[in-house]
Amino acid sequence: MFSETVVLRGHIIDSLILPKVLDQILTQGGDFKIGEIKIGQNRVDQSYARIEVSGPTHEALDDIVLRLRQHGAEVIEKADVQLAPSPADGVFPKDFYVTTNQQTFVTLDSAEIEVHPALMDCAVVVDRGARRATARKFHEVSRGMEIVVGHQGIKVVPVQRSTSHTDVFEFMSTNISLEKPKSGVIREMATELKRAREEGGKILVVAGPAVVHTGAVPHLEKLIEWGYVDLLFGGNAIALHDIENALFGTSLGINLERGSLAERGHENQMRAINVIREAGSISRAIETGTLKSGIMAACVRHGVVFVLAGSIRDDGPMPEVMTDTLEAQDAMREKITGVTTALMMGTMLHSMAVANLLPATVKTLCVDVNPAAVSKLTERGSFQSLGLVSDLEPFLRELTGSLAR
Amino acid sequence: MRELLLCPPDYYGIEYEINPWMSRARGADTPLVQAQWKGLFDTLSKLDCKIELVPPRPKLPDMVFTANAGLTVGRRFIPSNFRHEERAGEAPHFARWMEEHGYDIVWLPKDLFFEGEGDALFGGDVLFCGYKFRSDINSHRAVADILGCLVISVELVDPRFYHIDTCFCPLPDGGAVWFPDAFDDYGQRTIRDHLHDLIDVAPEEAAHFSCNAVVLNRDIVLPEGAPKLVATLRDRGYTCHPLPMTEFLKAGGACKCLTMFMPQKEKLA
Repeated sequence: MFSETVVLRGHIIDSLILPKVLDQILTQGGDFKIGEIKIGQNRVDQSYARIEVSGPTHEALDDIVLRLRQHGAEVIEKADVQLAPSPADGVFPKDFYVTTNQQTFVTLDSAEIEVHPALMDCAVVVDRGARRATARKFHEVSRGMEIVVGHQGIKVVPVQRSTSHTDVFEFMSTNISLEKPKSGVIREMATELKRAREEGGKILVVAGPAVVHTGAVPHLEKLIEWGYVDLLFGGNAIALHDIENALFGTSLGINLERGSLAERGHENQMRAINVIREAGSISRAIETGTLKSGIMAACVRHGVVFVLAGSIRDDGPMPEVMTDTLEAQDAMREKITGVTTALMMGTMLHSMAVANLLPATVKTLCVDVNPAAVSKLTERGSFQSLGLVSDLEPFLRELTGSLAR
Repeated sequence: MRELLLCPPDYYGIEYEINPWMSRARGADTPLVQAQWKGLFDTLSKLDCKIELVPPRPKLPDMVFTANAGLTVGRRFIPSNFRHEERAGEAPHFARWMEEHGYDIVWLPKDLFFEGEGDALFGGDVLFCGYKFRSDINSHRAVADILGCLVISVELVDPRFYHIDTCFCPLPDGGAVWFPDAFDDYGQRTIRDHLHDLIDVAPEEAAHFSCNAVVLNRDIVLPEGAPKLVATLRDRGYTCHPLPMTEFLKAGGACKCLTMFMPQKEKLA
């Protein structure tokens, strides 16, 4: 949305000019937010209203503002953003503006430009010639790039609650703790996944090894087979435990059927790594028939893109795991375009990392048996994040059950 | 006794086209112009008022429409800022004449179009102002700042009724004669909110500029062609003086356009 701020003064209440102006904005497909209003106390006192008028395109907004001028609306000139050059590669100028994950516009030569992508904890690099504003991480800037400093000329548009329908993210305002019933929320989540798929939005799953430990692999496999997963992000562990389970029926040596330690089960993890390293990659192991089942196999068979980011405690790691964290962040950022719904399960580390990359518009459900992990992720301000304290196997069992109905 | 300003029609004619009534192909009949203006002058002279004449100027044919000279409240005169260049030359003559006659001249900022009493009429202590075709709504705010009164701005939507005095005429008993279709919905609602005894004029009578009337206590001087309105006003105790105004209608004016009150309002409450 593009916007201008206009001011109305005079006897705008008695003359019905204020309601007329607001009606005209809406009937012409625009929207408004009243920034300030002062209503005259006495009959002869004049009133004042500062209104932010927005329209879907520059042209639509110009049309609206042109009409409003006839009714006395005065347009407030916008101040341009202030820019400073980056002093060195990988360094932002002092007082650089730190981005949020909300839709953001910067004013350049009195016109607004949207900052892409909506990515938090970045600086905004402005290319005057191309009239482009980009959110960039430290490692993406080089000396001399023009970077937004201060707060002048910046507009942040928080995600608005939908007026057409109410979804689970809007009517649930708190985390759903252990003591609360969950079936309703899980059913609503199933509806959200169906809606995302129908509307062409991508669904991202971020998963930790607890999916495997809790015996939820068959459920996640179903989600993948039914087309409810477009992207899978995780670490070395989810892939490793899934593959160990597929090859040996154990996860960290525990037999998942019986729930007891398998004989020499502790070796299985290392042997699984070795199998994949010998094959060259997870994909190759599936092509050769070495690996036949499990989450990773389902991903490869159904064209689900996965990004595995490594960490210091990893064994192996598996060949596809990216051990350079910046490289992994870049790969994830590149892939998340078009994601509208994210399901984060059983991993605080990867859920936090991915949440930092997502725009505020993405609806995020975080499920974890640890209430602290859920709170940490959902207490980030956006009403688009919802937390559910639950073991993963019952959650995924119920979710797939709802989707099947 | 009310004091009125008129301007003899010595240089009046249809020399340009700045409203839908004007057509240079349909000029004014000079002897008839003189006769109709004299008819107005004589009628007003017999009523309870004093008439002053501002000298006409060549090449300013519309100077005859003194209502557009400006707005007078007490001893203050706010001259018009005409929207059309064709009429802009009238402003200094009117201002000078008013100054010479002891009025304080209060100019509006030059970028705010305002066409005087033509677009500003008091109904009680409320100043009703028309905007869009001639006056800017922002001029109303400036007038409110100068006068310190409540100004109701109403949008005019029919180009035939380009000034508020062509479609709205407040009456001394608190009501008004008006042609509602000349205003947008909000304007109609606003006027209904502020005035409770409104007399709607039929479209065919409004087209004769029936609302363009000079009201002096219980006497109303208006153009011919509004028998229904005249009957309604008579029922309410007003004495109507219908006058032929055909030659001035060719320029989009009639009785009220040819008259400015000095002042329109003696003082504000």
